[in-house]
Amino acid sequence: MTTSQEKPTSAAGDAESWARMDQPSGRWMLTGTCPDVRERTLVLESAARLLFPVVLVFSVFLLLEGHYGPGGGFSGGLVAGLAFVLRHIAGGDDNLGSRFRIRPPVLVGTGLIIAVLTALAPVAWGDPVLASVKWTVTFGPFGYLDIVTSLLLDVGVYLLIIGVVLDLLRSLGSGIARDAREAGEDPPRGSGAG
Amino acid sequence: MLAVVAAHLVLALCLPALARYHRRLAFGAGAALLAATLVWTMAQASTALSGGVTDRIEWAPELGLTLSLRMDALAIAMIVLVSGVGALIMIYAAWYFGPRSTDAARSAALLVAFAGMMLGLVLADDLLTLYVFWELTSLTSFLLVGQGGQYRENRRAAVQALVVTVFGGLAMLLGIVLLGQLAGTYSIPEITAAATSGTLAPDSPVALSVSLVLILLGALTKSAQLPFHPWLPYAMAAPTPISAYLHAASMVKAGVVLVARLGPAFSVHPVWWAPVMVLGLATMVLGGWRAMRQTDLKRLLAFGTVSQLGFLMVLFGAGSRVAGLAGIAMLLAHGLFKAPLFMVVGAIDKACGTRDLRELCGLGRRRRGLAVIAALAGLSMAGLPPMLGFVGKEAAFEAFVLEGGVRGWVTAIGLVLGSLLTVAYTARFLWGAFSTKGLHPTGGDPVPLGLSGPAWLCALTGIAAGFAAPLVQQLAASYAASLPPVGDAYAARYELALWHTPGLPLLFTGVALVGGLLLHRYGQPLTGHLSVPHVSAQRGYEAVVTGLERSAIAVTGRLQIGSLPVYLGCILATLIALPGPVIAVTGTWPTDQAPYHSIMQVPVGLMVIIAAIALCLAHRRFTAVLLVGAVGYGIGGLFVIDGAPDLALAQFLVETLTLVAFVFVLRRLPAHFDEPDTERRVRGPKAAVAAVGGLLVAGMAVMLSGARTLPPATTEPFIAGAPEAGATNLISAILVDFRALDTVGEITVLLICASGTASLVLATRYDKRQNGKVVRSGSGSPKHEKEVLG
Repeated sequence: MTTSQEKPTSAAGDAESWARMDQPSGRWMLTGTCPDVRERTLVLESAARLLFPVVLVFSVFLLLEGHYGPGGGFSGGLVAGLAFVLRHIAGGDDNLGSRFRIRPPVLVGTGLIIAVLTALAPVAWGDPVLASVKWTVTFGPFGYLDIVTSLLLDVGVYLLIIGVVLDLLRSLGSGIARDAREAGEDPPRGSGAG
Repeated sequence: MLAVVAAHLVLALCLPALARYHRRLAFGAGAALLAATLVWTMAQASTALSGGVTDRIEWAPELGLTLSLRMDALAIAMIVLVSGVGALIMIYAAWYFGPRSTDAARSAALLVAFAGMMLGLVLADDLLTLYVFWELTSLTSFLLVGQGGQYRENRRAAVQALVVTVFGGLAMLLGIVLLGQLAGTYSIPEITAAATSGTLAPDSPVALSVSLVLILLGALTKSAQLPFHPWLPYAMAAPTPISAYLHAASMVKAGVVLVARLGPAFSVHPVWWAPVMVLGLATMVLGGWRAMRQTDLKRLLAFGTVSQLGFLMVLFGAGSRVAGLAGIAMLLAHGLFKAPLFMVVGAIDKACGTRDLRELCGLGRRRRGLAVIAALAGLSMAGLPPMLGFVGKEAAFEAFVLEGGVRGWVTAIGLVLGSLLTVAYTARFLWGAFSTKGLHPTGGDPVPLGLSGPAWLCALTGIAAGFAAPLVQQLAASYAASLPPVGDAYAARYELALWHTPGLPLLFTGVALVGGLLLHRYGQPLTGHLSVPHVSAQRGYEAVVTGLERSAIAVTGRLQIGSLPVYLGCILATLIALPGPVIAVTGTWPTDQAPYHSIMQVPVGLMVIIAAIALCLAHRRFTAVLLVGAVGYGIGGLFVIDGAPDLALAQFLVETLTLVAFVFVLRRLPAHFDEPDTERRVRGPKAAVAAVGGLLVAGMAVMLSGARTLPPATTEPFIAGAPEAGATNLISAILVDFRALDTVGEITVLLICASGTASLVLATRYDKRQNGKVVRSGSGSPKHEKEVLG
């Protein structure tokens, strides 16, 4: 019925050992906990391990790039969120939980607080709400850099979006998976886990 | 003045902590602040009476919102009640709430907050400022009447008071906005000036009438006028100090104050004075009549308040100088006699454990002090010399005798009837509380000075004010100066005084006294049987509330049936029914429609169309989700082709995330949609609604995109301002700079969505975490429910 059930029980004999080739027992993910061996695939885990930091860096690039080209806090946050989605699919929710200690609602709230504080901060200098300031810093021969305070607003959006995605993973991903386990619909855990 | 109002709120914030430390100190601090406010007001009184003291803060100048306060005669009269009587009631409350009372801390804070709101209300010089304080008093009163919410009676009374007064308040807001639009200002003096000079909306009398009726609706509900009166007697479920303060001395006067404020401007309009005077008279008589039949002393007084409020409405609605004088005198008199009467009832309640006049016996001999206070206050309530109540009532009779005509005489006779009933229920109160009725005597406990002292002060002030009629005259004359002297030359120079030459008013007082005493002595069978049980405003209120609940249940039961197709169908049907015909009739098809702008649009567009058609034919949920994804990516591709990389990026990312979320959810859903057999019956209508909805949206998209004939007005300044905002990417500049407020709003919506999803999915589970580890996890068990609900 569910996608994860169809995989391991399909074949026997040679076919089964061939199917197991992609099921590692070592510690491939960054953390120590490993999910059920029959839920793992080598290719996905290696890809996740390689891609996760790269995608995160790319998301930060998108966040900073937003002022000059396509990108911004929203897109950056979504990309970072998708990195976590990849981790979740490859390593399961235990992996995600142990890697990421801040609880999603906290992240969402922090993002909103940063955004609202950025919005209110100009009042302290007598400017209207949401006013932004631009500083231009020159680095001699390397050119110059524009620093805009509205970037902070974007950072707030970025954190909030990551939090939203993680919250979705927590509720729809882990939550539903655990419901399924408790209802006895998944294969039993613990057989051969590392 | 704003600082004084704010001081009340600040103190109210501190009081709960103080009350936990020392209960009486908290009430004492409240009383001190109220007394200080009174002293401060008196110090400014002479300036206020000559020209008025004003205080303004521009709140949102673009919207014409101003916090504007002004102290004048009417405000001073009300502050005497709100702060002066309020301070005495705070002292009374310190002794009334027992040492272990959990309500004391909350009540002290709320009473002080309420005093601040009421102060703002009576000082308000701007209709919107007035409205804000008006609703705040309703809310504070709700909290005060509801108390801790433990008792059903309190809850019901609080809800009824809130529903009725807020209903009126909302109607009033409509009226205020309408009036403000007609006058071009919300400032009360400007509106009054425009109305008296006849320049206020001369060409739209209907709109003016509508706005006046709506504003009156607020005043009538707040001041418990017929047919909105039942909430006030029910609100007597609150502890006595709160009843005495809110429902005798201050809050219910708000409606009267509003009528008095706007009276000088509008009392020539029949649409203003007719409802006020007719309902006021009816309320005065009905309240008096109902008071005659009460056995609970507090409810007897409450109906007395209803009756007196009707009296005040008549006086301020009449719009003549003498009536205005009488109105101010009665306003003061009512606060000064009703508060001590309530305090006496509270003391009786404490000493005897009952307020039922059928159970009280012999209290007059045993608690002589209370009896004297009640007698003094009762004399004023009955309108007998030498009390302030007598001064006011004489002036009231005089006003309508001088006015003459049908309106004057009908009102005068109505007032005599009302006063007669007032005398009768005063007698009933005194007899019921203090007489020896042949039962076993009640009331052994002595009354502490904290309970009787404030009542003494209040009642004695009532006499003092009667003798000091010239002082009251000064205050009242300042208010009444703005009203026309209706009647002969005598009306123009009439003054409040303890003694005038004997005439019709004195005769009326005599008739009321003798009639009232006779009614009390011999009227028991009359008042007992001649009741009107079939027409009850309370039953009307209950019918309205039940009807609302029933219709809400009926509507919800028909719409929220738990079927996703039905919900979607409702939304689509609304879309088709409301904008559909408008588009079909008024829409014009743009003439310059090219089949495509770039050749790349053709294959991508075809892919979207094919995916959409295949989606309708899909039987497996997973296939359907993938096809939805294909449609989304196709649209993203169209964005790329049209040169919108920002949109495309966001579209691709959101589409990916949606797919992932769908797949997560799909694990717990059946692989296939419902069997075709079961839905064949409804397939036709579904397909029709979906097809029409889709065509409508597509048509709308084309028409609206062709509707613009001029270059867009908003983008130019955005493009010009982008370098200043430090962005070479215009989209980003718009998102985080020009329209950053929208962005903040949108991410707030995202936060709400995330919490909502998490709540829906995780609602049945509760993990108790310790150091980041789950120590206990339930799954919807009853025990777990208890943990979640606390």
